[in-house]
Amino acid sequence: MTREHLLNTALMAVLLLFPLWAWATDEPFLITLTTRAVILAIAGVGLNIALGFGGLVSFGHALFFGLGGYAMGILAYHAQTYTPVADWPMTIEGTKSMPVIWLVATLVSGLVALGVGALSLRTTGVYFIMITLAFSQMFYYFAISWPAYGGEDGLSIYVRNGFFGLNTMDPIQFFAVCYVLLAGVLFFTARLARSPFGLMLGAARQNETRVEAVGTRPYRLYLIAFTISGAITGLSGALFADLNRFVSPVMFSWQTSGEIMVFVILGGVGRVFGPVAGAALFILLEHVLGGLSEYWHIYLGALLLGTVLFARGGLYGMIAGRAAAHD
Amino acid sequence: MTLLSLTNVSASYGASQALFDVNLSIAEGEVLALMGRNGMGKSTTVKVICRLLRHSGGQARFAGRDLAGMPAHRAARAGIGLVPEGRRCFAGLTVRENLIAAARSGPWDMASVTRLFPRLAERQDQVAASLSGGEQQMLAIGRALMTNPRLLILDEATEGLAPVVRQEIWAALARLKSETGMALLVIDKSLRELSRVADSAVILEKGRSVWQGDFADLTPEITDRHLGV
Repeated sequence: MTREHLLNTALMAVLLLFPLWAWATDEPFLITLTTRAVILAIAGVGLNIALGFGGLVSFGHALFFGLGGYAMGILAYHAQTYTPVADWPMTIEGTKSMPVIWLVATLVSGLVALGVGALSLRTTGVYFIMITLAFSQMFYYFAISWPAYGGEDGLSIYVRNGFFGLNTMDPIQFFAVCYVLLAGVLFFTARLARSPFGLMLGAARQNETRVEAVGTRPYRLYLIAFTISGAITGLSGALFADLNRFVSPVMFSWQTSGEIMVFVILGGVGRVFGPVAGAALFILLEHVLGGLSEYWHIYLGALLLGTVLFARGGLYGMIAGRAAAHD
Repeated sequence: MTLLSLTNVSASYGASQALFDVNLSIAEGEVLALMGRNGMGKSTTVKVICRLLRHSGGQARFAGRDLAGMPAHRAARAGIGLVPEGRRCFAGLTVRENLIAAARSGPWDMASVTRLFPRLAERQDQVAASLSGGEQQMLAIGRALMTNPRLLILDEATEGLAPVVRQEIWAALARLKSETGMALLVIDKSLRELSRVADSAVILEKGRSVWQGDFADLTPEITDRHLGV
């Protein structure tokens, strides 16, 4: 077992045991805090497919996070108000079923990612960063000016959505749902990274011309990666909205994109479990430093600077050493 | 049957023209040596064939299809395999991953590539960047074979390698010729080794094809005139 595998196991064990301990000692807030880390980790893992494996520096992943959130918000809002989502061309009812909401959130985010990617991936470098940012800001301002779903004030959902046989209002049960989803997303991502597609994506990041010379179009690789990345981030958005029982345009904001990127950079770009470590560290710092000072972002900024300057592999790079391109 | 033909092909890097009326053709199963001194346009010709550079004049056809406007990845799918100068494996991937990533359906797979180069089987879990130069070259050839090409282009495949490794590479090329009947376009400076596998030759000088014919017809006068330093 390599040092990286040990670290992966330890990380997942801590993420599982900590909320169990909090449950045993009746500390529901700590369970919710860990659930938040787990959900944000899913967003990080999603971004990492584009950023880490494909080298696509997307500064607009809040778009997919927000879409997932609003997919949940809109479906749940119509279910709780007993109004249809749409009457034409057919009646579409709202729902409080988590699996249906996840499916819709993932599909909507994936489809939008496909469209955004198809346009954005025609650019590279700073232009790609700017165009992805522009798309997410476009949706941000659209959400603000959409009074039907709360506009700038956002949308509250009174009761958390349901999952077969579970009481999702119970923090530990909702945590369990999110943890299993994170494990599933990590399993999928690890398989993807080692598949011929994942290998070629990593190779395209190193040298597009060589990839073309063996018969693969880099644009297609990037587009698929961007779409999968957006879909996973959308799933995370739906869970995040369910956790808070609230959605607002802030989910679309560039600060959210920045935070998701921070999880990836802090944890380790291109490492499957890197964003999990990054999200957990971020939440820990937010909780600990946020208790000391309301300007805790200054310390986070210093940490990020230190990581970028002195530990480019992030937490994983420091502890597990350098990774192969696909690890 | 002609597999690849370049007819009066010209190509430029921006304003600087590198190829002027290059002509060559390769039949199925033929081994062609593309020769010339440094800077005469051999690698540029390869780039045109692989569509890494668009030609500005003349006609390039492969397996009956016009290569004009065809992107590089389609040319590779059509059956043009390239072993680029300087090996250029995917450095961060292991040997096995380099091969799997490039794989397309056909007779060439992991088993047949490692039969050709047993050393790749021994190193399959090793990262490409950590291989010796010779092993990287074998991997580059293996990777190109995994795309199951109809034409394999080797650009300076033995350059900078130890003599014993060069012999292994040449032996592999001879096996490719005799056992598979694959068409090869080989760029190399070793006339002696080329003479063992090549059926025909084209000599480039200042971006022009100045001699073409059977390899056996290459006389010392011709090689001295066009290839001598």
